[in-house]
Amino acid sequence: MTTEYELRLYVAGRTPKAARAVANLRKICEEHLRGRYRIEVVDLAENPALGRGDQILALPTLVRRLPAPIKKIIGDLSNTERVLIGLDLRARRALRATG
Amino acid sequence: MANNSVASPEVQKAPTGVPGLDDITHGGLPKGRPTLVSGGPGSGKTLLGVSFLVNGAQQFDEPGVLLSFEENADELAEDVRSLGYDLHKLVEQKKLLVDYVHVDRSEIEETGEYDLEGLFVRLGHAIDEIGAKRVMLDTIETLFGGLADSGILRAELRRLFRWLRDRKITAIVTAERGEQTFTRQGLEEYITDAVIALDHRVHEQISTRRIRVVKYRGSTHGTNEYPFLIDRDGITVLPVTSMLLEHEAPSERVSSGLPALDEMLGGKGFYRASTVLLSGTAGTGKTTLSAHFVNAACARGERCLYFLFEESPQQMVRNMKSAGVDVQRWVEKGLLQFHADRPSRFGLESHLLQMHQAVEVFDPDVVVMDPITNLMAVGTHTDVRAMLTRVIDFLKTRGITALFTSLTSSTQSLEHTESMISSLMDTWILVAVAEKERQRGRLIYVLKSRGMPHSDEVRSFRFTDRGIELLPAAGTRAPAGTAKPRRGARRKS
Repeated sequence: MTTEYELRLYVAGRTPKAARAVANLRKICEEHLRGRYRIEVVDLAENPALGRGDQILALPTLVRRLPAPIKKIIGDLSNTERVLIGLDLRARRALRATG
Repeated sequence: MANNSVASPEVQKAPTGVPGLDDITHGGLPKGRPTLVSGGPGSGKTLLGVSFLVNGAQQFDEPGVLLSFEENADELAEDVRSLGYDLHKLVEQKKLLVDYVHVDRSEIEETGEYDLEGLFVRLGHAIDEIGAKRVMLDTIETLFGGLADSGILRAELRRLFRWLRDRKITAIVTAERGEQTFTRQGLEEYITDAVIALDHRVHEQISTRRIRVVKYRGSTHGTNEYPFLIDRDGITVLPVTSMLLEHEAPSERVSSGLPALDEMLGGKGFYRASTVLLSGTAGTGKTTLSAHFVNAACARGERCLYFLFEESPQQMVRNMKSAGVDVQRWVEKGLLQFHADRPSRFGLESHLLQMHQAVEVFDPDVVVMDPITNLMAVGTHTDVRAMLTRVIDFLKTRGITALFTSLTSSTQSLEHTESMISSLMDTWILVAVAEKERQRGRLIYVLKSRGMPHSDEVRSFRFTDRGIELLPAAGTRAPAGTAKPRRGARRKS
């Protein structure tokens, strides 16, 4: 099994927003990237020093560390289409066509 | 605005350490609160903020965090190196922490709810890491370009400023000036404690920087626009002592350069650190009298800075030599320095800045401006008077004795022409040419001299091969229209 997608999800504390983002991410990955991904959840409330490296501002932020280039998706990941676009799993144009 | 004029003892100040700025803010920025600094591109916002942090770290034992949204740590360090700031060293000493916040909209997708907690965590962590008391956010409005949801941004910025207040952080928040507003995104709605506006104008190729304290809740402050300069010593807001009238008034006296004139000035000459106005029509010997004054000062080993607004230094030196006063030797000894400029080349503020710089660099005991009337062509009388007030303030603070010559038009009465500046002067000497029995005589008299008994005599003088010589008092009267004749010496307070 190769880890094609290395994803890191930044949150701060166990907020409902964070929990929603984690759940949404797992669901999307299972549906679209089964067997090809790895998720790491970083809690900045516990490790505040880690926010600088990935230029984290907004929370939650999902960072696609691999494959390159780095992509960032901010928010609770509730819009699956947008998350797929952000991960380059769906073409940007498709969203416009389907509304 | 009414609350601005009421001084409240509860408002604590955090000094910026920027010369002049702490004077016009009566002590510095509101301690533990954010201050908005707004201005156009290149107006000096970042430099002002960095000065606030560097001075805080070096002079006031208050470490600072710089959250930069536009430049990274190396770029910033490079930018302020010319001001003599070594950011890398301060970072090493843990007195400063620079965090570059980079937002690139093209690599960010937004989906669903979010907040800026990440920014709070980073800032909070940085503050805790070095025990920061000061923070600069430069320029946080950049976020509006990086994130699409301005509703979230606004709510979060409001929360951020409240959070800074709760943590009692003294902060500078910079912002780009908007069309009609102080900031493009209306940050002045959120930061109401203090607002400072910077301005950089170029008028007829003359560039002037100005600073204004627009608002300062719970404190009095200077409300004018003040010129400031950025040079290798950092930022200086002029005048350095705008609000204060606390010059020392030395009782020491300095010679005018002519023993007979000293005699007319209570027998001892001018007060050190006082201002002297020497006025008269063209060709009455004002520059020669100035040269005598300079000559005497340099002979005492004092340093003289001579501003020429009409002649070149070479012309002046040559003319004085032929008048019998050799000032070239003092130039060679490094005691006398000339600064010649055509007044029309610069605006008044620029002249003020240049004089200020020249004085800072040369550190003179005596300054001559010859003739200040030429400056009047550059600005309105009110402006010139305001500028002279600042110059005089500055010179007095430094204990410098200053002589100003004034070229009077022969068609106007002296009092009229100079009424606007004479009140700034401690001593006022008039020189005039009078026709008497087909002979042109030169006259000199002391119109006023604060704090000393001075002569009311009108004395004749003549040019000799060793400069000016006052003739023995002979009861000459003042020419009509120049002054009321008065007799005898009287004490003026």
